[in-house]
Amino acid sequence: MAGMTVIVRTIARLLFPFTFLFGAYIVLHGHLTPGGGFPGGVIIAASVVMLLLAYGIERAQKRMGLLQAEVLESIGGVAIVVLGLFGLLLGAFFLQNVFPLGDLGQLFSAGNLPLLYLGVGIKVTAGIILIFYAMLFAFREEKE
Amino acid sequence: MQRALALGMVVAIGVLLVFTVSTNLLPFGSFPSRQIGENFDNSIGQQILENAPQQTGAANVVTSVVWGYRGYDTLGEATVLFTAVVGVVMIFRAFGRRE
Repeated sequence: MAGMTVIVRTIARLLFPFTFLFGAYIVLHGHLTPGGGFPGGVIIAASVVMLLLAYGIERAQKRMGLLQAEVLESIGGVAIVVLGLFGLLLGAFFLQNVFPLGDLGQLFSAGNLPLLYLGVGIKVTAGIILIFYAMLFAFREEKE
Repeated sequence: MQRALALGMVVAIGVLLVFTVSTNLLPFGSFPSRQIGENFDNSIGQQILENAPQQTGAANVVTSVVWGYRGYDTLGEATVLFTAVVGVVMIFRAFGRRE
């Protein structure tokens, strides 16, 4: 899959860090502002897909390859379950909030909720990119 | 004969279920009710709105419901996403191999 023109490449290159940062902000502030792991992960995935469309498959795979995406999705899923098992280990229920709650409205507050949202964000990002790669690789051989 | 037996079984189970639900369960409108000003509010949502910041420590009430009160449900949601990704990857890999 070839890249696009210079105009599109330049805009995509300039927009990539800001889009990535915006997605990370939405994921990390999931317990303070509207948003969370699911929409933030989709925004981060959109930034990588934007690079993929502008520069072609090689540049995007340098940022996040197929195997990397698979591993990251598994890590996100395992992180949620392990955080849930923490509650069982400390004598509470599965997924119960056993970490200190902190001050309301601070970034480091609400116990395990931001960590859970971080896991979901990683999982959604890797999952969307994985779907995109799978569709891309399925039709790549006949084009080349 | 078998069909009549099955039909009778279904009707019997249905009657049993309707009977059980109509007699043994809580009546409608028996949520924990509380007085707010002069009005009585019967909804659980009002309780969550009032208690969520103290109980979960999250400023975003939606988050405290999604991961605090219903974390198990959201774990299932993440599993649904995982299953969808696995299905899509499986189908398209098989498709690409056949081409």
